[in-house]
Amino acid sequence: MLRFLAGLVGLGFVSALFIAFVMPREKVEPTAASIYHLPEKEVKFSFDGPFGMYDREQLQRGFQVYKEVCSACHSMKLVAFRDLEQIGFTKPEVKAIAKQWAVEVPSINPDTGEAATRKALPSDYFPSPYANETAARAANNNALPPDMSLLAKAREGGSHYIYSIVTGYQAQPADLLKRFPDAKTPTGLHYNPYFANLNIAMPPPLVADGQVTYADGKKATVDQMAQDVSAYLMWAAEPKLENRHRWGVVVLIYLLIATGLAYGAYRNIWRDKKH
Amino acid sequence: MSFPWAENYEPKHPLMKWMDAKLPLPRLVYNAVGAGYPVPRNLNYFWNFGVLAGVALTIQIVTGIVLAMHFASNSDMAFTSVEGIMRDVNGGWLLRYMHMNGASMFFIVVYIHIFRGLFYGSYKAPREMVWLLGVVIFLLMMATAFMGYVLPWGQMSFWGAQVITGFFSAIPILGDPIHTWLLGGFAPDNAALNRFFSLHYLLPFVIAGVIVLHIWALHIPGSGNPTGVDVKGPQDTVPFHPYYTAKDGFGVGVFMIVFAILLFFYPNYLGHPDNYIQANPLSTPAHIVPEWYFWPFYAILRAFTVNWFWIPAKLWGVLAMFSSILLLFFLPWLDNSPVRSANYRPAYRIAFWVLVVDVLILGWIGKSPAEEPYVRIGQVAAMYYFAHFLLIVPIIAMVEKTKPLPNSISESVLHGEAEEAAPIGVGSAH
Repeated sequence: MLRFLAGLVGLGFVSALFIAFVMPREKVEPTAASIYHLPEKEVKFSFDGPFGMYDREQLQRGFQVYKEVCSACHSMKLVAFRDLEQIGFTKPEVKAIAKQWAVEVPSINPDTGEAATRKALPSDYFPSPYANETAARAANNNALPPDMSLLAKAREGGSHYIYSIVTGYQAQPADLLKRFPDAKTPTGLHYNPYFANLNIAMPPPLVADGQVTYADGKKATVDQMAQDVSAYLMWAAEPKLENRHRWGVVVLIYLLIATGLAYGAYRNIWRDKKH
Repeated sequence: MSFPWAENYEPKHPLMKWMDAKLPLPRLVYNAVGAGYPVPRNLNYFWNFGVLAGVALTIQIVTGIVLAMHFASNSDMAFTSVEGIMRDVNGGWLLRYMHMNGASMFFIVVYIHIFRGLFYGSYKAPREMVWLLGVVIFLLMMATAFMGYVLPWGQMSFWGAQVITGFFSAIPILGDPIHTWLLGGFAPDNAALNRFFSLHYLLPFVIAGVIVLHIWALHIPGSGNPTGVDVKGPQDTVPFHPYYTAKDGFGVGVFMIVFAILLFFYPNYLGHPDNYIQANPLSTPAHIVPEWYFWPFYAILRAFTVNWFWIPAKLWGVLAMFSSILLLFFLPWLDNSPVRSANYRPAYRIAFWVLVVDVLILGWIGKSPAEEPYVRIGQVAAMYYFAHFLLIVPIIAMVEKTKPLPNSISESVLHGEAEEAAPIGVGSAH
């Protein structure tokens, strides 16, 4: 009886699926994005792979790019000035960076209790360029510049994706416009084949070599700046990557030895038992 | 509860004798996972996975308790508090990545454990109760994992919760009120997050309790084995300790190596990047996908795309998804072949491997967007899934011509040789 009922239930599900299977499908027309979207570019970072480590000089250069270019629109709420010590800045340098930050930290006037601002301290998180989302959208043609704290982990492709976006701006291909006349990039947006829908609200952030004058004297080509800022954003998203890789090697060596011993113990105990 | 030849617990130290008279806990352990539990001697490595699941649960409970000390279950603070754990709590990144990937490891070993049971007929008499309790554990695990994934309050947390709690709104008439009542609102928000946190902390201990029952029920008939032949005498078994504690020790080592590689070098490989974006009810992700261990069930849910037999497509999907797990409760009676092990069931063996491939295909479809050709492939795969359990397995059980079974476990191991046939110099006869 049970098997009979189960068979009926099975036939019910199978028939519903069969009907769904034979139903004709609406033809899906290709879109501009489905054809012209590109996978992220090949680029090599020092932290790639299981044993990769950050290049501190690159992170400092990347921080400089973030500070002088990105931070005008993009907040980084989860990173504090004190964290910059991890990428090789000294305590006094961090103090100076916090003090000179373009945006001050919201505070209150200690005498009147009224809203005020004060200079940032190493213990502060990076102050956001806009007071709130509405202000950010109002200043950016109704687009919201995403917070950059976790950007490198919040996008498929990570730092490679960020590098591709930053260096990926180009003129809209002529054959795209011929095939999809409606897909013309609207005014206020910018064509970028590495962006999911091809049209990104962010204007090209890195436009000319030497846009940033690197403190370490490295030549600031657009490609160099893009790599550096992508690396810096990876660090911002995953500051413990180096600890993780280092611990991983130690733990694996330990486990390999321990498991080898456990295997020996197992063979030894079973040596007179056929199985 | 055991075979007559099981070794007997005899406390020697006066303290242990005293203990044994007052609270025979050492005796319980001895009889459960010590020398007092005789186990078939021919178990292969697939019998390691029950212990590994226990190890995984322990890792989840220990890391979870510490994480809960640093987590703020509030929809405004949850996301930031998880990032605080990752950045500012000492070793927090390790705890959090252990818990995240520990969940995946738990499901990997449990899926292997379940398929082991399917291949070797572990669900059959006299072990039906072991199987039923196992399915209960699996359901509890799924609920726990789902609610845990909501806690970091990222985009996939939020939208996953939206989709999965939405199942309840497929219930006719009462669906919407039930949905609102379960969530404490019209959409997932602070109320839902808080109750999920509470239940996510509770359910692992319920799982631990059901595991005790699972092992208890297992110890009544004793463990199965790859031949599926019953234990006939002392020559068929070895004491659990030291034989299987040693083998499990090695198994745990291999498990930890795989876990460490995942955790230290690819901690986000099995996750979704969107969950590093804070939950935003106003912005729907392009593709909402659950965690990998739900992909096959998600594929079944989405395979039902037409209203049929007066039942709307959405309800079909929800019914099918729940049925796809609940039907496992009936498996011991759907498959009434007297032979347990698929090694001696040529037709069932083929169906089993087709099922393995089928579930992998369903997983791939569950991950893929709902467009052609994925939808049609998913529909065929879902058809096989239901046909396998509800039609093919019962029919095979009736018509299959099984292969002859060995007379006993020891015969299948020794092939008539003497026990002492170990290489000279290493054997020590028992």
